[in-house]
Amino acid sequence: MALLKNILFVALILAGLAAMGASLVPSKSGRRVAVVASPDGEFKETVTKVDEAFATAWARDGIQPALPADALTVARRLSLGLTGTIPSLEEIRKLEELPEGDRLDWWISHLLHDRRYADFVAERFARAFVGTENGPFIFFRRRKFVLWLAAEIARNRPYDQIVRDLITTEGLWTDKPATNFITVTIEPDNKEKQNQPDPVRLAGRVTRAFLGIRLDCAQCHDHPFADWKQGDFEGFAAFFGQTRVGFRGVHDGSGEFKVQDRKTREYRVVEPRVARAADLLPVDGPLRRRLATWVTHQGNPWFAKATVNRVWAILCGQPLVTPIDNLEAFESPPEALAILADDFARNGHDLARLIRIIASTRAFRHESISRLDSSQKAEKTWASFPLTRLRPEQVAGSVIQAASISTIDAESHLVTRLMRFGEQNDFVKRYGDSGDDEFDGRGGTIPQRLVMMNGKLVQEKTMGGPFNTTTRVEWLAGNDESALEALFLATLTRRPDTEERDHFTRSLADRTVGRGHGIQDIFWALVNSTEFSWNH
Amino acid sequence: MEPLGRRALFCRAATLAGSTWLGPLAKHLAQAAESDRTGAPARSVIVLWLAGGPSQLETFDPHPGSRIAGGTRHIPTAVKDIFLAEGLERVAEQMGSISLIRSMMSREGDHERGTYNLKTGFRPDPTVTHPSLGSVACRELPVESCEIPRHVSILHSQWPGRGGYLGDAFDAFLTGDPLGPVPDTRSYLVPARDQARVNHLGALDRSFGKGREKRVEETLHRETMRSALRMMTSEQLKAFDVSLEPLAIRRMYGETPFGRGCLAARRLIETGVRCVEVNLAGWDTHANNHQLVANNLKVLDPAFAGLVRDLRERGLLGRTIVICMGEFGRTPAINPAGGRDHWPGGFSIAVAGGGIRGGRVVGETDPEGKKEPASQVQVGGLFATIFTALGIDYQKVNQTPIGRTVRFSEGMPLESLLGRNG
Repeated sequence: MALLKNILFVALILAGLAAMGASLVPSKSGRRVAVVASPDGEFKETVTKVDEAFATAWARDGIQPALPADALTVARRLSLGLTGTIPSLEEIRKLEELPEGDRLDWWISHLLHDRRYADFVAERFARAFVGTENGPFIFFRRRKFVLWLAAEIARNRPYDQIVRDLITTEGLWTDKPATNFITVTIEPDNKEKQNQPDPVRLAGRVTRAFLGIRLDCAQCHDHPFADWKQGDFEGFAAFFGQTRVGFRGVHDGSGEFKVQDRKTREYRVVEPRVARAADLLPVDGPLRRRLATWVTHQGNPWFAKATVNRVWAILCGQPLVTPIDNLEAFESPPEALAILADDFARNGHDLARLIRIIASTRAFRHESISRLDSSQKAEKTWASFPLTRLRPEQVAGSVIQAASISTIDAESHLVTRLMRFGEQNDFVKRYGDSGDDEFDGRGGTIPQRLVMMNGKLVQEKTMGGPFNTTTRVEWLAGNDESALEALFLATLTRRPDTEERDHFTRSLADRTVGRGHGIQDIFWALVNSTEFSWNH
Repeated sequence: MEPLGRRALFCRAATLAGSTWLGPLAKHLAQAAESDRTGAPARSVIVLWLAGGPSQLETFDPHPGSRIAGGTRHIPTAVKDIFLAEGLERVAEQMGSISLIRSMMSREGDHERGTYNLKTGFRPDPTVTHPSLGSVACRELPVESCEIPRHVSILHSQWPGRGGYLGDAFDAFLTGDPLGPVPDTRSYLVPARDQARVNHLGALDRSFGKGREKRVEETLHRETMRSALRMMTSEQLKAFDVSLEPLAIRRMYGETPFGRGCLAARRLIETGVRCVEVNLAGWDTHANNHQLVANNLKVLDPAFAGLVRDLRERGLLGRTIVICMGEFGRTPAINPAGGRDHWPGGFSIAVAGGGIRGGRVVGETDPEGKKEPASQVQVGGLFATIFTALGIDYQKVNQTPIGRTVRFSEGMPLESLLGRNG
């Protein structure tokens, strides 16, 4: 084992040295990377409709929208949203070899084919489907569940089929990972429920995660703000009233769903029913299958909208309608929600298509600078791209990527990937995981600043080491100008502006600090800046 | 005398039980506290948060011998006619300083919604996020010379106190078991390079601010960076570190994370911190209620009692409010799993200090668990009472970001606890 480790280590060093010079400076070979899926007419039409709907709203409110952002800025957003990290210097060099007009379309395709996309987006969905906790140990395998979800996303399985699997799959949680959606609700300590899934929690998950309705407050009382009654929620839960777990795993049993009245404490039978759009519910079949058909039906008034809202949030850092799982909250949603939902439902619930459409809209591609800095108003209406605090994994992923010139992805060496995994988990714990409600926009915190300034990860990534960006820049950059460019591109995905160039060139000229230390100090400042930790 | 190095300071602080490192402000606070009979309002709040919803029947409101007790016995306290559940022997000794509300009423039986309700005084509302008790205290009672966060949550649980419409700047600072220094607060560099790095940050943030100055300000990135840098170099940081306390004191609070949290809470408010929340989870006892609560009481009893006693002996209790509560209580009926389920309609909280009278009981629950409690107290009333004790106008009207007007509390203070009429 030790020998194997040593061999791996030596191999890694050799590979590292070989790749060392690559990408630090632009290549002159003129390689071309292509393959851009050409979008159909309806695709373009939907993008135009969304752009027009926003433009009308901005004109009505007298808001000046922001100017288009440059390709690198948009590429950074896409990487953060789809892979949870920033573009590597290597990737930036490749991107810049393409003609300007092709860069973003190529970039989206590049990311959608990257395994990091499926893994990262699967984790985002998993938080809504099964939460962040490890759940009941005997009955629940979160890791298996996320891996399965990632595999489905990687092959772009239609989203409605994925959701139908979650609701209806039968079998063992170890063997049929989708069933973990059901088994996560088992409370092993609760003898009364005899190790059976909880229909009430399942109904809460289904309505929040798939439909964007917080029906679970109707569990104890009628919905405070929308037209939902306590009976509607109970009727929903009754669809899971025959879901059982046994030796064969999840299966359908028989029997009736009973609830205890909170006042009289007596039990009464509740029939499965949906409160609205009841004509979409099949009359026959097992209960879960009937529910799944209703939830994912093309005509379901919430399913596509809730999905669009979540995918928008994954890409932009904030949902179109806040909070993400309460579409029926007080405000009238932007028109874009219905336009996108319509396209999504009519085109086979295709997640990759939805992502491409959102990423092609003007709202996604314009600056976070607004000409009047009118603060929240422009942001709230998407007239400028919002500043959003990056989630802990995004910050960790970005620090780790910034410290390496070459891309750390599924093709990276196993040792590199394992290191990334360990470092990232450690950091997320210290930085503070954002939990299930990860799209709840918040300001930065003091512990986060402390862990970035003084913590182990940034310290190790800043200090010299043969594989770190700082060392490579120190050794290989011909002059201060190209050193600065490499440092800025690797961390902020942009080049320094004139003032920054003046400031940092002066600092590098200061001979009281060695050049290596000078470069490390700049790298540290770059990853500690507001710009690094906020999606923009 | 040789100049004080870190180590020398550490040793002296340890021998003098932490008094040398106190800033002038804390000394002033301590002096003010000694003369607290003047009736001056409280200056700080410590919330002992029992996450999950503690059973009132096994803590502050036992009904021994009844059908709903499930065998729970009670014990006498320092105050005649007030009884607590078995397991709170040390809290019972401090009963002269503590009052109970046994008829707390809320309408939120879900953990998240109930926590929001009991931490802010309001029910959840999709159009506004209300500030927690500690955030209001920090906002309304500013301290200039406090170099560490003024709102702290120790052993934070899922929903710590938030600034809400007052702004994220009033969010609680979250930290873990105070057994040792706060992590990541020491720079690994020589000061000259620290300074160079901070200068670099200035240059980068100037560029990033162009065209979005206001929104960059709203990210609080620079503000938190300044606060982090300030606390890194502050002697007050030692207030977090309970390893500097004498062993006897630490033992009094109990050598548990929660006990240490309560001790750190005392050290922090001595330093000028406005609100400290100390969390103890594990009260969601749907199954095996009696055993789980008994285990929790072994942690809670010495910590809560030790805190009240320590504050009183140091002359700090008069200006510090201690509240012990969770998001709701638990059902009088015991379920087939030997557990109790959520019960927002008639549960207990305990409160001490800050000019609030001790040894009183407000409200009464039915020993059979059937009738509604007598002398009901709404969550808003509890908050109005605490704000009044802090000298904060609970009716003060505030603007939310979307222009709604909201008061700090919509309840009425409990005059019987405030003791202003005798």
